Amino acid sequence: MASRTASAAAHTTSGAATPASGSASGGSVRTDLRGRRQRSWRRHRKEYLLFLLLLSPNLVLIGTFEYWPVIYNAYLSLTRWNMLSGVPEWVGLDNYQYLLTSSNFQQVMMNTLLFTGTVVIGSVVLGLALAVLFNQRIKGRGLVRTAAFAPHIVSGAAVATLWLFIFDPNYGLSRVLLDPFGVASPRWVTDSDWALVSLIIVYLWKGVGFIAIVYLAGLQSMPEDVYEAAKIDGAGSWTTFRRITLPLLSPVTFFVMVITIIGTFQAYDMIAVMTGGGPGNATTTLSWYIYEQGFQASNAGRGAAGAMILFVILLIVTGLQTKFVQRRVHYR
Amino acid sequence: MDTPRGQGARPANPRTRPARDGSTMQRVLLYVALAFAALLFVGPLYWLFSSALKEPGEIYSFPPDWIPSSAHWENFSGAWNAAPFGDFFINSMIVTAGGAAIKLVNATLTAYAFVFLRFPFKNVIFLVMLGALMVPNNVTLIVNYITVSNLGWVNTYLGLIIPSAGSIFGMFLLRQYMMTLPREIVEAARVDGAGHMRTMWQVILPMCKPMLVTVGIIAVVDMWNDFIWPLIVTNTVEMRTLPIGLLYLRTTDGYENWGGIMAGTVMVALPMLILFLFAQRQIARGLTGGAVKG
Repeated sequence: MASRTASAAAHTTSGAATPASGSASGGSVRTDLRGRRQRSWRRHRKEYLLFLLLLSPNLVLIGTFEYWPVIYNAYLSLTRWNMLSGVPEWVGLDNYQYLLTSSNFQQVMMNTLLFTGTVVIGSVVLGLALAVLFNQRIKGRGLVRTAAFAPHIVSGAAVATLWLFIFDPNYGLSRVLLDPFGVASPRWVTDSDWALVSLIIVYLWKGVGFIAIVYLAGLQSMPEDVYEAAKIDGAGSWTTFRRITLPLLSPVTFFVMVITIIGTFQAYDMIAVMTGGGPGNATTTLSWYIYEQGFQASNAGRGAAGAMILFVILLIVTGLQTKFVQRRVHYR
Repeated sequence: MDTPRGQGARPANPRTRPARDGSTMQRVLLYVALAFAALLFVGPLYWLFSSALKEPGEIYSFPPDWIPSSAHWENFSGAWNAAPFGDFFINSMIVTAGGAAIKLVNATLTAYAFVFLRFPFKNVIFLVMLGALMVPNNVTLIVNYITVSNLGWVNTYLGLIIPSAGSIFGMFLLRQYMMTLPREIVEAARVDGAGHMRTMWQVILPMCKPMLVTVGIIAVVDMWNDFIWPLIVTNTVEMRTLPIGLLYLRTTDGYENWGGIMAGTVMVALPMLILFLFAQRQIARGLTGGAVKG
């Protein structure tokens, strides 16, 4: 849960971290002269060795379980292999060709777009609305904020199980709430028209409180002088919000979009508990497809190719975010 | 880094003023909105806890009884017996404690090295390590399974823990924190003859306590809630962790009692909810760390 948040956070901050870290090293070893470098090796050998010693466990783990997978996954995507026996068999771009032409995979991409797109829009709109509400001076906002944030740190499997019961057409809360309006509860997760909607609702319920916290932090760090100026100019509160708050919040909005996209790509627990990708393939998203191909259909190559596609999408999204955030910094 | 504070963090906030000056109508609307939000988030949670304590007769009736007539604890024992929840708990505890501990140690050692030790091109190395955050777990899933399988770690605690024991974001947060510490203190300790390990242990770590707590808690929440990796790396019921065990309970043949399933859900959710109530601020800081910098 936090790791997906984390990755986006690092995307936003890594740019800012570089200059700061430069000052920490003191630039003591920044020189082109090889001789001096050798001398500095000798002089600081103990310190260098300690550095390597402290770093090595983490470095080995990250190398083995983060970087190596990218390389090997790229290779696997060009092979056919059942992961059980034998060795990967080279098939070139066959897997990609299959994916890009298969109507099943088009459905998967459509599901991904619908799920991720709706959740992103919902997170931004509802998260911002909640944050504005929590930023008002009203009693009880602290308690509600806590209640809204809480589902975010609860296991996705638990949240999904709870909502399965809520969505139970006969005994669930959804029937209780819809009954007074004379509406029968849909068969949420078993109806292919409603299954994806159910996932979107549950994802938003779990995540939007955290998004509100992020927005709230943004709202509270706004420069006050701009608001004073707007007030003097006689701007109403809606104009102020639309013309000042929203533009100033746009880096936060971009951050929210990126962590939400990454988050929806990790929603394995919800899909596994609520729909298992079904009915049919109504809720098979790209990430679920990767899991299904790799671990249920024993088709490592096709799963790996799906993973590469996802990786490229994510790189584009984070690249756009970085670019956008940098531009904003210059703009300010 | 801006962290969400308790209420009244900035009383003179200009954006809150319209509400105070606004009409009574506006205030009423705000409270209606707040009440609606409260219902939206508390309602399902109440449904969870109350259902876990209801008798089957109270669950399978319409309209339902909102308040359980008496606490029906049998739901918990029922769930506990229908699936090996004892094993699930032990596994989750071992994996969470082990994983979070190794993560924390890794984060600390790496951050200290990056901040207080000299090494050629260490900032390049730092950025390379940080770059691993760009790798989504969707990409690592298949290959890590192959790696762990080659190591013979499938269905073992090592297999559950080690692949997520590296620390990137925690290391990043701690490094940023250590960089704000006054360097004179470190130099004073060095002059007094303390080696690096002693300086780290006795001088730096005590000063980093708030950030260590944050990094540790985030790691605990992450490990406890992890789903897809424990699902693929374990293959016997006895090695499952709680989130997987909950899925197992619900799909167990003949176990269709929502009361028992909600009791199982409470067992998975409650530990993190309790942790959250005590450490909400640290969790918020850890998760939003660096988010709002513009």
